[in-house]
Amino acid sequence: MTRPVFPRLLRAGLVLGAFTLCFGVVAGARAQTELLNVSYDPTRELYRDINAAFIAEWNAKNPDKKISTIRQSHGGSGAQARTVIDGLNADVVTLALAGDIDAVAERSKKLPLDWQKRLPHNSSPYTSTIVFLVRKGNPKAIKDWGDLVKPGVQIITPNPKTSGGARWNYLAAWAYAEKAFNKDEAKVRDYIGKLLANVPVLDTGARGATTTFTQRGIGDVFLSWENEAFLALKEFGADKFDIVVPSLSILAEPPVALVDANVDAKKTREQAQAYLEFLYTPKGQAIIARNFYRPRNPEAADAKDIANFPKVEMVTIDDAFGGWKKAQPTHFGDGGTFDQLYKPAR
Amino acid sequence: MSDTTLPSASASTKPRGTSRARGESPAVQIVLIAVSLAFLLLFLLLPLVTVFVEAAAKGWEAYRAAITEPDAQAAIRLTLLVAAIAVPFNVVVGIAAAWAIAKFEFRGKDLLISLIDLPFSVSPVISGLVFVLLFGAQGYFGPWLQANDLKIVFALPGLILATVFVTFPFVARELIPHMQSLGSSDEEAAMTLGASPWRVFFSVTLPNVKWSLFYGVLLCNARAMGEFGAVAVVSGKIRGLTNTMPLHIEILYNEYMGAAAFAVASLLAGLALVTLVLKTLLEWHYGDVIAASRHH
Repeated sequence: MTRPVFPRLLRAGLVLGAFTLCFGVVAGARAQTELLNVSYDPTRELYRDINAAFIAEWNAKNPDKKISTIRQSHGGSGAQARTVIDGLNADVVTLALAGDIDAVAERSKKLPLDWQKRLPHNSSPYTSTIVFLVRKGNPKAIKDWGDLVKPGVQIITPNPKTSGGARWNYLAAWAYAEKAFNKDEAKVRDYIGKLLANVPVLDTGARGATTTFTQRGIGDVFLSWENEAFLALKEFGADKFDIVVPSLSILAEPPVALVDANVDAKKTREQAQAYLEFLYTPKGQAIIARNFYRPRNPEAADAKDIANFPKVEMVTIDDAFGGWKKAQPTHFGDGGTFDQLYKPAR
Repeated sequence: MSDTTLPSASASTKPRGTSRARGESPAVQIVLIAVSLAFLLLFLLLPLVTVFVEAAAKGWEAYRAAITEPDAQAAIRLTLLVAAIAVPFNVVVGIAAAWAIAKFEFRGKDLLISLIDLPFSVSPVISGLVFVLLFGAQGYFGPWLQANDLKIVFALPGLILATVFVTFPFVARELIPHMQSLGSSDEEAAMTLGASPWRVFFSVTLPNVKWSLFYGVLLCNARAMGEFGAVAVVSGKIRGLTNTMPLHIEILYNEYMGAAAFAVASLLAGLALVTLVLKTLLEWHYGDVIAASRHH
């Protein structure tokens, strides 16, 4: 039964396998300092620019402590916090909202609970807000939050359980409703319930939701980070979509933090700290504005970039909701208002 | 499973199969062929062609750039490395399990067969999650691993574990029915002629099942390189470090780099096609041998 074929085949296979193995192992060996930035979904383009600029500046100033790479991991903000809690070795976390970094601090104990006081402006070197992205010409005539609950309007927003952007969306809608209905809680709940009923799918992260709206063509209006909406215009052309600025929105403060236990174990504290501080420098702020995030220091940025940002009336999480420590459990915890009001289509 | 891998070879050499097919009226035959061809074109060929068309959409230069970009290269290397470790492991364990099940009677054999099938019935997400629950920082072994500075999840070992788990059944599942149908008479004959157990294994058992083994390895390898769900959970998605090809494709697509995503996808699809071509070539060359060595 053609016995000789098999041993030859086996030998060839073994040699091939061993070769691949050696190749992979050799290629995997590296030595220089690397940082890992675990971030949320829409910051991919921002940190690509920031990382290149920071590495160039740092390595020029510190030839003895060079950084070879800053690695990036992106996903829904809540999901990313979860992986850091589960042991992903992040030097810094740059997430969508303070509540997610609070969760990392509480559960992993790898950074102090008062982490937000360690850097200026609540540890948020940039802000953003929530706007509407609609199809060109705004065929459903969506002008403000009130138009979202009309029957037949399909809204795209990610899942607030996993996405930071979605939580800002939800709270912005809540803030509008409180103002519109004079803090009548029953009416606010009714409004949010109707809004959620118009959502056909909940993606896990902002970028997935953007793809659903822009590339798959699902939905009439996309509740979006301002930066993500501008990016969509840039990527797909201004002839495809319009940005609608609602009468009221929320000041979104995406914070950054050092993960102390990780940087101490990896001996990268100095580099990681400088990396976060770089975000506040004029150079960092200019890159931030160029990537459609609102810089804390507009004077440092290009005036052309600043002119992009529409004027919006914004509530803050602290004034309207008593901060994330209160808003998170009330609205997004197990059995919170989102759980009470969201009824998936059957 | 093993019956379906060889339809052409077994149909042409087995009189029973062909006579049954000839019993049907020509109209039925034509309809059946048309339906399966249409289905294949629509659901298999069309998406596959789309991958290559999209990949070529921005020209050769863009394609080359997408493939040679450092993160893509790292993803390709990682995918090959994971497969190069997971597949041999599954081959060894698969052969051992299949041998035990096919040639011996023991208590709990049915349980063992069910366990081998477990990865097929469990969703890949769960396959990934169990490793996070076991080896994650908050998991059962997390504190111990951290104390000893060992990394499993969000690193190479986790990727390998998840891949091994998901691809485990392929080799064993191919071998078990074949070994069972062969029985143990050849081995017994070799034993009575004075061959040592190792000699029996390498000269009798292994050559008898080599084709099933080979298909098992091909399927196992294809799945190991293509696995998304389980690997996504344990990867941590660090670019250039723990991103495998399927994860890298998703990332590129989400970054509006459609052409680059499809370029890497075409490479992955290409690897699968190579597997397929290899299998077909072997069938052409050794069709008779394969059919003869597989009587079931």
